[in-house]
Amino acid sequence: MSGANSSLGVPHEGGVPHNDDGVPDPGELSGIPRSSAPPAPRPPMAHSLRDAGMAALVALGLFVPLVGLRTDVGPGGGGLIIRTRWADVAILVGLVFAGRLLLNLWTTFRPAPKPRTAQRSAMIARVGTWVAPVLLAYAVLLPMLPGTTRYGLDLGILVLTYVMLGWGLNIVVGLAGLLDLGYVAFYAVGAYSYALLSTTFGLSFWVCLPLAGLLAAFWGVLLGFPVLRLRGDYLAIVTLAFGEIIRVVLLNWVSLTGGPNGISGIPRPSFFGLSFSAGGGPGSFSDFFGLEPSPTHRVVFLYYVILALALLTNWVTIRLRRQPLGRAWEALREDEIACRALGINVTNTKLTAFAIGAMFGGFAGAFFATRQAFISPESFTFIESAIILAIVVLGGLGSQLGVAIAALVMIGGFEAFRDLEEWRMLVFGGAMVVIMVWRPRGLVSSRTPSVSLGKRRAIAAELVGQGR
Amino acid sequence: MAYALQQLINGVALGMIYGLIAVGYTMVYGIIGMINFAHGDIFMVGAFISLISFVLIAAGGWTAGPGAILLVLLVSMAVTALYGWSVERVAYRPLRGSFRLAPLISAIGMSIVLQNYVQVAQGARVKPIEAIVTGNLELWHGNGFAVSVSSMQALIVVVTLGVLAVFTWLVTRTPLGRAMRACEQDRKMAGLLGIDTDRTISITFVIGAALASVAGTMYLLRYGVIDFYIGFLAGVKAFTAAVLGGIGSLPGAVLGGLLIGLIETFWSAYFSVQYKDVATFAILVITLIFMPTGLLGRAEVEKV
Repeated sequence: MSGANSSLGVPHEGGVPHNDDGVPDPGELSGIPRSSAPPAPRPPMAHSLRDAGMAALVALGLFVPLVGLRTDVGPGGGGLIIRTRWADVAILVGLVFAGRLLLNLWTTFRPAPKPRTAQRSAMIARVGTWVAPVLLAYAVLLPMLPGTTRYGLDLGILVLTYVMLGWGLNIVVGLAGLLDLGYVAFYAVGAYSYALLSTTFGLSFWVCLPLAGLLAAFWGVLLGFPVLRLRGDYLAIVTLAFGEIIRVVLLNWVSLTGGPNGISGIPRPSFFGLSFSAGGGPGSFSDFFGLEPSPTHRVVFLYYVILALALLTNWVTIRLRRQPLGRAWEALREDEIACRALGINVTNTKLTAFAIGAMFGGFAGAFFATRQAFISPESFTFIESAIILAIVVLGGLGSQLGVAIAALVMIGGFEAFRDLEEWRMLVFGGAMVVIMVWRPRGLVSSRTPSVSLGKRRAIAAELVGQGR
Repeated sequence: MAYALQQLINGVALGMIYGLIAVGYTMVYGIIGMINFAHGDIFMVGAFISLISFVLIAAGGWTAGPGAILLVLLVSMAVTALYGWSVERVAYRPLRGSFRLAPLISAIGMSIVLQNYVQVAQGARVKPIEAIVTGNLELWHGNGFAVSVSSMQALIVVVTLGVLAVFTWLVTRTPLGRAMRACEQDRKMAGLLGIDTDRTISITFVIGAALASVAGTMYLLRYGVIDFYIGFLAGVKAFTAAVLGGIGSLPGAVLGGLLIGLIETFWSAYFSVQYKDVATFAILVITLIFMPTGLLGRAEVEKV
């Protein structure tokens, strides 16, 4: 919010009369950012009420047709009939009025934000250094903690899959600054590679995992090559197009991929050759270690596999940032022209970013396939790409910790609201908007530069480039 | 030959709908440089408002004539414009001047919100409507294949051309259009010269939403069924059209829309229906590889 003068219902407060003749009226400065020109003092309560009233009026216009007049297929399957729901409209309009009023009063009467003192910053930094180790320890210990249910572990696996995807995409978007809206394509390539290799040739998960990563990286280069010349949003739409092309091909190439029916019966991974069959028996995990056969073993094993894969992604990213390649990515994000001038091979740098990002997407895809034992093109729609990109941006571009926290908040929160059913996605989208408006630079607002003069310290996210 | 001619007519009618949506994308992109991902869903909202209006009119006992269609168009444009305005106000304006990806994520969030809001409010089932515009005009009869223009296709073309004519007049001949073009060229300078940039941007969204609602109405009349999910694919296609034509260029958007409509129709007619989206996107990729700024886009000069 741009300070106390943002209003939902009244677009032009300050009451400056305005014409569109292009000639500035005396005192007409409305084009200048409002926060620099404080509005004339007026009774805050009356103003807030009027503003909230306007917001309610707009809400009335929005909700009357779509909420108030519900269309349903009439009895006997005839044409549509209308059912009115004025009570719902009244409740919604009331909510908008109250919410807007509270927001207005809050922006008017809240205590002036204290300037961040050096002491407070130091404290935040100290807390910040503890967050990552604590999260990591929690992730490692989760299966052993008392009170962890099967559901909790499944949720942990889901969150970690998205953490890994987020970290993989972070290489492309956060480090190299290339906006990729089709990341799910590589996830799909990884998943289908493993599914096809294992069901057709009987290869095991551990053989297929590197192959899936390689194939995804190969596709990353293949798709990356033609788009090297494209800028920002053209790149975005082309990557989106590639993602859709791959999905449509998977959907229609029935002889290879099974089409909309997908591939089922994908083998589960083994632990050094020991299988996790539910009944135990010779050669199974429980038999070898003399344990009671339990389906939980496999879940715990899968949990540690994805944790290891995610940590591998993180470790590779952190190491690469210190190497010439990683530094070239970040330099590319900051200024491509300067990179060219300094003799960095822009083509190779971009392609490696695509390839390595895609490779981790492929690993995650192979894991997804083995975990679900069933895949279909439905799992690889654009919305997945959007969610992964949202995790990267909401967490804070380029911040490894931020991506992990965002995945935890968004995916964990999404599962926590399971009871809301069809409202859940509505809340999810709303949360994306609110978090972005509240913290446009992501939840974690500091970055650690990979190179610094003297002492290593965190800098504000605003100082980091965003690619193009 | 007759078959091809028929496909041409079908393709143009489809392309007009894409073009109308694409104009909204390209206008917003031109003025604030963001991909308004929620625009496809605004189109869907427009289609739903028209559906509800048609059902209301039918329930009121009116006969659906040209007057009714015009009334529905106006209602739909007004309400959808309000939606467009609200979306901008809630999700994009607070992020003005923020970094590039923030409004993009906010727009994707808004798209999810709109889709699921309509799903919750109107139900997930598809909504059918009886054909309102019927009739056929046979143009040519050859080799046992009749080339015809349905009244619906004629209506789409006439309405689209009419709306686009008004829109072109608005952008090129009025003070408002001048303000919009000024903001597009240099928003800060336009603000310094006394243009209320926030208001201009709001109006851009309002006009874009109104055009999308016309497209929504035409879609509803043409296909007769809608659901809450139609916005996504139409939106992606329209955005593809905008990029193909050169994003930021208004004639480019219409040209791109027509091309996408034609490619899709001809591909479905002569090759395979399943792969029509692949063909569309492949053409987009190939075009961009050889013309990185689209067909009518200006090449951006990079200053160091």
